[in-house]
Amino acid sequence: MTRKIVRINMSDLKATYEDVPKKWAKWGGRGMTSAIVFDEVPPTCHPLGPNNKVVIAPGWVTGTPAAPSSGRTSFGGKSPLTGTIKESNAGGLSGQKIAKLGLAAIILEGTPAKDKWHYLVITKDGVEFKDASDLMGKGMYEIDELLWKDYPKTAVIGIGQAGEMKLSNAGISVNDPENKPGRYAGRGGLGAVFGARGIKAIVIDDDGGPGVEIANKELFEEGRKKLADAIMEHGLTKKDGGLNAYGTDVLMNIVNEAGGLPTRNFSAGQFEGAAKISGEAIAEVVEKRDGEGMTGHGCHPGCIIQCSNIYPDESGKALVSCIEYETAFSLGSNCGIDDLEIIARMTRECNDLGLDTIEAGNSIAIAMEGGLLEFGDAEGALKLFDEIRNKTPMGRILGQGVEATAKAFGVHRVPTVKGQSMPAYEPRAIKGIGVTYATTPMGADHTSGYTIAPEIAGVSGKLDPLTDEGKADLSLAFQASTAFIDSSGYCLFIAFPVLDIQTGFEGMVDSVAGVMGMDLTGDDAIALGKDVLKMERLFNERAGFTKEDDRLPEFMRYEKLPPHDVVWSMTDEELDKVFAWVHED
Amino acid sequence: MQVEVAVFATLMKYLPDLPVGGSRYIEVDPGVTPADLIQILGLPAEEVKIVIRNHVLTELDEVVEDGDRIAFAPAIAGG
Repeated sequence: MTRKIVRINMSDLKATYEDVPKKWAKWGGRGMTSAIVFDEVPPTCHPLGPNNKVVIAPGWVTGTPAAPSSGRTSFGGKSPLTGTIKESNAGGLSGQKIAKLGLAAIILEGTPAKDKWHYLVITKDGVEFKDASDLMGKGMYEIDELLWKDYPKTAVIGIGQAGEMKLSNAGISVNDPENKPGRYAGRGGLGAVFGARGIKAIVIDDDGGPGVEIANKELFEEGRKKLADAIMEHGLTKKDGGLNAYGTDVLMNIVNEAGGLPTRNFSAGQFEGAAKISGEAIAEVVEKRDGEGMTGHGCHPGCIIQCSNIYPDESGKALVSCIEYETAFSLGSNCGIDDLEIIARMTRECNDLGLDTIEAGNSIAIAMEGGLLEFGDAEGALKLFDEIRNKTPMGRILGQGVEATAKAFGVHRVPTVKGQSMPAYEPRAIKGIGVTYATTPMGADHTSGYTIAPEIAGVSGKLDPLTDEGKADLSLAFQASTAFIDSSGYCLFIAFPVLDIQTGFEGMVDSVAGVMGMDLTGDDAIALGKDVLKMERLFNERAGFTKEDDRLPEFMRYEKLPPHDVVWSMTDEELDKVFAWVHED
Repeated sequence: MQVEVAVFATLMKYLPDLPVGGSRYIEVDPGVTPADLIQILGLPAEEVKIVIRNHVLTELDEVVEDGDRIAFAPAIAGG
């Protein structure tokens, strides 16, 4: 059986199925979304106009039986936030179900009749176009619930009010096993592109689907097992290890201790309230309230790391899943807020309205710097989400992200690269991640080249975070291996055991080779990752981006960051080295 | 001399009286290293992956000084 692509045209409401053409046959996940966007989306098009597309692709191994932690879904298109190519991936239920329908990609294209909204139901029998009038104006908690009444146990991909308004900070939600929104392809505003296609939601029902074909079952099985063993052996990813016990917010205290926690709109590297909003604090609340809350929650079936959490309200009922480190930073330390309850409620607002939590919190921090409210005003920050829900001009400004908010409030300290705001690692105090922020095709993004592993976490070697030397090469190595992992459908967090345990790395490569029937070595994996990066960089060049866009904001060069009192000192020449090979190879 | 010590994440269970984000001052002899402190505090050496001295990552055999703050953490990373 050949993998298929379904092309869904919203202009004439037709879905057409085609075999994956040869030029895309080797791709999955991010490689697939970026290849299709590279080939089919004009780089200079307006991201919200008729020529942009949303491409949805499960990874190579997604949907296979028992490939551990492999349920990622990639979403691609041209970003309204950055103007670059964008790939944003999420956990949740969608990837496995799309793959089990035999689909390698869903392409959403065309423009619907004015003000006409649909939801789509994709089953083994095809695509149904349904009138979405009854769903409009609703948040994702209600959407997920309503759609499960008619389509129980399905994957629901959707947008909240932010996507309906086509705000540049609108994400795409995927439901989790409890049918709650919160697994977001958050970054870069692809929810607005989804909305521009007039699509409110997509239901994926894999019942009776053909499943994922595995070319070499023996190789796959061997690889899968080696990888699972490595994940279960590594201190970070094993049962009751750091991620399982405390979630990603285990990073809060440690990055704070190392002076790299962005605080009050990137004006300090330490936050006095860090402990109160840390993973350890979340675990305490979960234990004390002894109800529906939990740590060690899996965002999709088959995840063995289970780094997610469900944060309970005071009565013990589930309030939100999940508070990530990134969320606790953006809505917490970066706004000077140390109130975990309010952070949880703001996270729920983001998940409901369909906002990326990083950009949402950072936009509030900018508004605080601009004088709209004081740093630390937790209640005031929470109320701002009503502005977005009520579609006020203020809400629309905040929902456009950090750069638009900074312009509206006359703020010059703007922590963005290519229009996207920085995540939870201060680049002045952790230099390698600054190289990634500056050079990744995605705009400031930590996941695309997570040098934190050797710079802070002691994973994959140890490097001094405060020095510039060698960081360009380090960032490129991480960006290339990440592009491979993002194509595989494996969660990026397998990178930690894979980088430290050789058999884990082999297992990852072999399991991919087993599914795809490829001859694949470790070197090939990096080369494939570089192929993905090359397409993305070339797309951006054709969209008008130059090396001058591969820079951190000016204020980081002259404003010293406490406690280390360091500035961003990386030379432009060093940054330009990272992708020089694109035109040399 | 006196040093301030802190532990994070899965190491917290070995110093159960410390609250989240808390620290403790202990009397030690001059010349002591983080490796020695791990023994003194009763932490399992194999679980300690990160040592931070006065907000700078350091090595197990670095000699600490009077008034230093030393934090210990297991393998951590994530999003």
